[in-house]
Amino acid sequence: MTAPRGRARSLARRRVGWGVLDLVVVAYALTPVLWIASLSLKSRGTLNDGRFLPREPTLGNYAEILASGEFLRPLLNSIGIASISTLLAVVFGAMAAYAVARLDFPGRRALVAVSLVIAMFPQVSLIGPLFKIEIALGLFDTWLGLIVPYVAFALPLAIYTLSAFFRDIPWDLERAARMDGATSVQAFVHVIAPLAAPGVFTTAILTFIFCWNDFLFAISLTSTTASRTVPAALAFFTGSTQFEDPTGTIAAAAVLITIPVVLLVLLFQRRIVAGLTSGSVKG
Amino acid sequence: MWGHERAGVSADTARQRERRLGLLLCAPAVGVMLAVTAFPILYAVWLSLNRADLRAPDRNELIGLANYATVLASPIWWESFGVTSLITVVSTALELVLGLALALVMHRTLVARRLVRTVALIPYGIVTVVAAFSWRYAWTQHTGWLAGASAPLTDTWSAVGIIILAEVWKTTPFMALLLMAGLALVPEDLLDAAAVDGAGPWQRLTRITLPIMKPVILVAVLFRVMDAFRIFDNIFVLTNGAHGTASVSIITYNNLIKGLNLGIGSTLSVLIFLSIAAIAYGFVKLFGVAGRDGRAGSRA
Repeated sequence: MTAPRGRARSLARRRVGWGVLDLVVVAYALTPVLWIASLSLKSRGTLNDGRFLPREPTLGNYAEILASGEFLRPLLNSIGIASISTLLAVVFGAMAAYAVARLDFPGRRALVAVSLVIAMFPQVSLIGPLFKIEIALGLFDTWLGLIVPYVAFALPLAIYTLSAFFRDIPWDLERAARMDGATSVQAFVHVIAPLAAPGVFTTAILTFIFCWNDFLFAISLTSTTASRTVPAALAFFTGSTQFEDPTGTIAAAAVLITIPVVLLVLLFQRRIVAGLTSGSVKG
Repeated sequence: MWGHERAGVSADTARQRERRLGLLLCAPAVGVMLAVTAFPILYAVWLSLNRADLRAPDRNELIGLANYATVLASPIWWESFGVTSLITVVSTALELVLGLALALVMHRTLVARRLVRTVALIPYGIVTVVAAFSWRYAWTQHTGWLAGASAPLTDTWSAVGIIILAEVWKTTPFMALLLMAGLALVPEDLLDAAAVDGAGPWQRLTRITLPIMKPVILVAVLFRVMDAFRIFDNIFVLTNGAHGTASVSIITYNNLIKGLNLGIGSTLSVLIFLSIAAIAYGFVKLFGVAGRDGRAGSRA
């Protein structure tokens, strides 16, 4: 019974222990996702059999929603609205974050405070007034009517994440560019922006997930498929006739809008973790 | 003398330029944020002082605090306030414990660390409504793999339990990520030294790790409490507020968008706003969470 062998065995035991815990985490995270995916593959006849796995998997539910404007139009809305909102939030956020990270100006602390308040703001408190204002301005049930609140509520996240990334940039390069005669705007565009690109990209992912996820604004500020996004459309999904149970089609649509999120997570896991944790520990 | 003054002047204009640039760069962000929040919340305050029922627009008039009297005397408000508070407290407590466990696994696991971190992000990223539908069908009589012949979503207590389950499932990974950032602050040397001195894993956690993480934990809890108090999506899909499960956000939505009663709805809006402000104020008073630590709060 030599010491190294004992140590090796205890390491092996610890690895098994961690492996079991890992499996618990994986089961925790995936079970609800697998269940809705399984439901989406069930045929009408087996939909209510209460089994976890489909007995006779079919793509019928997918065929049905992909043939119907009730899903495709909201999908287009979701993609368009989330993309435009992300773009605007990242552009405005990067400008503000640059100022917060780099410049000395009055109101800098106020900006940070305002962002914090808005991150905590109960959004439900705004839907009444926004509903009335958007009807008066003709923004109700339009893309712009959702983009504006999405940008506003994505901005605190964008500003914090970006300013945390911007603080880590080697700013001496900017000074060097300024000494070579570049203006601060030129220094920003040519020197800093390329360095900041990874942080900007991470912020864009987080912002997109936020907009893609929203439900409250989407059901309050829209009334038709002209601008209703998928989460909102799901809640109002009906079967093709009044007597049909929409469970299968809702499950299929739910799976389809989960795919982009899963892809983002799989491809950019490290960036997302970095983005979510970047600002939280560095005072 | 001259030169000195000129240097002063140009330093001054450089500072002025910097100030102008700073304000200019912030203007669009601040403009959008204030346009969507500041003006509407003031408008909500004004509407809450009016009888503003879109179904009877000719009866619109200023009625002072009468809406507040109506709401605060109504059992509907207090019931939903109670349910919301219960969900907030229980789910935050569960998320803190589970989130810490998940953070420790993600931080320490010797096997497949990348896989665990990736998979744990899925609940965070998934659309809340999608997850809520998954839970709803899982607990639907006959259809669901968890329900069998029972119909737990039609009973207040079991429905509240399922709402909490859905909320905890979705937000624990986010909590875990914040806590994992705190775990990274704990020096390994300190833990090793304690282990050499004979401290077991539990002692190392409670005597070293948790005290060092305290500021991060407080910020994460504050943020989750404020977020949980706004709970809407899960309840809307799971029960639509039936069987005594309506949160304050649900009754506000029902009054505003379904009932088109802007006066009462705005009163509820203002009360929720005040509740959230009170939570934040109380938290800062109790635990002294400083504003700069509050940065974590933006990670929604």
